[in-house]
Parts: sequence; structure tokens; C-alpha cells
Amino acid sequence: MTARNPDVPTRRLLGIESSCDDTAAAVVSVGPVGARVLSSIVAGQTALHADFGGVVPEIAARAHVEKLDTVIRAALDTAEVTLRDLDGIAVTAGPGLIGGVLSGVMCAKGLAAATGLPLIGVNHLAGHALTPRLTDGLAYPYLMLLVSGGHCQFLIVAGPTDFTRLGGTIDDAPGEAFDKAARLLGLPQPGGPAIEQAAMTGDATRFRLPRPLLDRPGCDLSFSGLKTAILRARDTLVTAQGGLYRRDVADLAAGFQAAVTDVLAEKTRRALMTYLALSPDAPALAVAGGVAANCSIRSALQTVASNAGVQFTAPPLALCTDNAAMIAYAGAELLALGLTDDMTLAARPRWPLDNDAAPMLGSGRKGAKA
Amino acid sequence: MILFASQSSDDTAALARRIGARLRSGDVLLLDGPIGAGKTHFARALIQSLLIRPEDVPSPTFTLVQVYDSVAGPIWHADLYRLTDPSEVEELGLSDAFDSAICLIEWPDRLGIRLPPGALRLVFAQGAGDDQRQITCVAGDGWPDRLKDIVP
Repeated sequence: MTARNPDVPTRRLLGIESSCDDTAAAVVSVGPVGARVLSSIVAGQTALHADFGGVVPEIAARAHVEKLDTVIRAALDTAEVTLRDLDGIAVTAGPGLIGGVLSGVMCAKGLAAATGLPLIGVNHLAGHALTPRLTDGLAYPYLMLLVSGGHCQFLIVAGPTDFTRLGGTIDDAPGEAFDKAARLLGLPQPGGPAIEQAAMTGDATRFRLPRPLLDRPGCDLSFSGLKTAILRARDTLVTAQGGLYRRDVADLAAGFQAAVTDVLAEKTRRALMTYLALSPDAPALAVAGGVAANCSIRSALQTVASNAGVQFTAPPLALCTDNAAMIAYAGAELLALGLTDDMTLAARPRWPLDNDAAPMLGSGRKGAKA
Repeated sequence: MILFASQSSDDTAALARRIGARLRSGDVLLLDGPIGAGKTHFARALIQSLLIRPEDVPSPTFTLVQVYDSVAGPIWHADLYRLTDPSEVEELGLSDAFDSAICLIEWPDRLGIRLPPGALRLVFAQGAGDDQRQITCVAGDGWPDRLKDIVP
């Protein structure tokens, strides 16, 4: 729960999120005793994922529009509130697919206009980055590792609009790498759990897989070359013996998982050093995203944090995947600072959290080979 | 049809930059080939050579579409791998982008019959060595002239 502060009035916000595959709405209350998720409804299609070798995109703006009404009603009903009980409407205004973001923003504007409630446009990534405050009440500044299918970056979070990006992936995100590696090995989707399962009986040392970008300073990561290395190793085996034995798949999965773990752990160690130079009062590392569910990665990151004397937290998975509770919560923090929007709020398909961060030019393949 | 034997990822990037320098709004490049063949690497090199402000070019596999501002106008970088129905292309706004932007499309087979007729198709295949790639340019209308001397 968020740090207790008797001066904070209790506010209830509706959050709306439709920037990617899912359509979601939630009601969150933030007050003197902390933050509470009163409801969080996500309309997705997880059951279909396995059939199509990855997450099925529900890209149709039309589908979002149809679902928005339903999920908002469900969120209000579950929270046992009406629009009249709310203090604000928070909505993801980007980044994401333009059709989905537009649908959400239009819907939120309609609700705000009809109710007279403040409208708050929220950056989807800020929603993810602020989740450890919603779930664990972390104090600013904390170090955030955002690792999911589409994202991978280190952020120092010093306020609801104050993010410093220390580094990130220059090509694939780890979740994507897990999915692609699983596909190359004939394992089911989603790839994360499938690789982890196969790796349990595998020998991580049999194949020498690269540790991309470890030889370079900084916190940038690269996973594309690792995928290529798996492909090579697989094809070599197939050429030599006509196919893959179960043992080969297990060893490749274990080698892949070990490589991703090593890279994330080392880059996290470096990010922590930069973060600790700020002398935070209550140093904390938060890891959010599906990749944090991998036991090998999680335990390696826990060790890195503990060695640095830093609190480790990984918010529950349901609040790390795309959801609207994080949007409602981020909206509450912005509302408390008076940072609201008017009817000119625009959908922003591209909206980096930290505009000043210098990107790393070039490709990860060099690092993979190094 | 133009064959390009790339000896390295740098070689592929150089070809991408040379092709990029000849692109204009309304051009569509279809990037074909299996996982790990170098499609995203090619797209990244091409986009970064045309960007107004340097920025990262992440894989669009999860986001489906990434849009960039370039000196040659907007560039759309799409990965259609996760699409299941060609009708979803309309909802991504790709059809409009085909006319108004430079479009780099990975996994273009998901486009179905909506393949733009004047598109340039690049087929990526693994070469003999680990870093070698065979890149085949299958040129649509007007492309043979525009690609003249693209392979040194």
C-alpha cells in the first residue's frame, strides 16, 4: 500500500486502458490509508494465444469501442460505485496503437464532459512504472526494470512525471526473445513458461550462447543475437542428426534462459550502481512485467538487489500485464499535483517517457557476436 | 530480380542505407524471410539512416507498427507476424500509409490479397556462413530503374 499520509484526501478514479491488445477499466481509491484497487477488469483473449504462436492482437479499434462500455460498466459495478462517486477519469493517451488509444481517449472525454469530472491523460509506460507505488508503496526515487513482451528498460522513477531512462533494449524485448526462441525450438506459446519448463531438465553449459552487450559499458541490452544463436545451434543439430532430441531442446532452452538471466542480472547490477549514486533514503528495485515471473531471472535479480542492500519487489503479475488499475493510480498521482487535461487531450501513438535519453545507435547483432 | 550476397550484418546495413537513400513517400518494401534472417536488422539500418533525430528502432513484433519521422517523410515499420486476419491491416491504418508514407513490412504474407502492386519485395535467406545472407530484390513497377547500380 502507498505510504500513509493523513493530509491526502481520498480520491476514487476510473482508469481506462486500450492502447494495445486488451481493453481494460478499473476503479482505484487513493487516500490517507494508501491505495486500493476496487476493481480491475481486462477483456482479452488469452485462451486464443496458444493457437497462433504469440499474443493475438486485438487491434480493432471497433472492438475496443464495443468493449469499452462493457468493461467500464463492469469496473464500476464490481467496485460498487457509480460515476457520481468518482473524482476523476484517467485514460491511457499513448503510446500504443492509434486506433485503440483514440477509442479510449474519446470515451474518457465523453465521460468527463458528461460528469464534469477532471480528465487525466496517462502515459501507458508511466502506468507500469508507478505500479510499485500502487502495490508496495515504494518511496521515490526507486529503480524500475520494466521487462515484458514489448518493453525492456531501466528507469529511475523520481515522481509521477519524473523518469530517467538508464538504458533499454536496442532490438528485441526479452519477452519477445522468449517467444521467438520457443518457436524456434518447437515449444508452445507463450514462450516464457514453455522455455522455463523445458530448461528445468536442461544443461545450460552444453551450448555456448552469447551474452550480448555485456562487454560494453552502460545499461543497454540486446536479445536479437541470442535468438539468432539459438537458430544456428538448432540448425547445426538438425543437419548433424536429422532432428532435435528432447535433450537438445532442454539444453538449448536452459542455455537460452541462462544467457538472458546473466545479461539482465549484470545490467541490473550496473543500473543499481547509477541509482545508488543518488543516495535514495529507502533504496528499492522493482521488476515489473511477465519476464519477472521466470524463477531463474527473478532469483538472480533478487540476489543482485540483496548484494547491493536494496529492497526487491515484483508487483503481482495481474498488475504487471496491461491493466487499467495502474492507469487509474497514475491518474490519481497526477490529479493530486493538479496535472489534469482538458478536451484538447490528444492520442499520442509515440510518447517516450524520457525524451532526453540518448538512444544507442547501431544494432545488437554486433554485441551478440562480440 | 537483383541478388545481393551480404557477407556480414554491416554489409546488409550498407545495402539498407543505399536503398533508403532512394526511397520516397508511397514506397512499400516487403521484407520476407524466416526468423533470424535479418529483416529487422535491415529495417533498423534503413530507418536510422533517414531519421531526423537519432532514436532507437525497436522490434515492432509486439507493437505491430512503429512510426518514425524521417528526412524522406514518415516511415512506418510494421511486423504483421501476430496478425491473424488480413482485415486487421485496415484497422492498423496500413492501407492509408501505403499511399502517404514509406512502409517497411515484415511478414507481408499476412497482407493476403492486399499486397500493394508497386511494392519492392526483399527476400532474406541464410547464407553459407553464420553472418552471410542472400538478399533477393523482386522489383515491382518502376523499381528496376530506381535500383540501378544498387549492388556495387
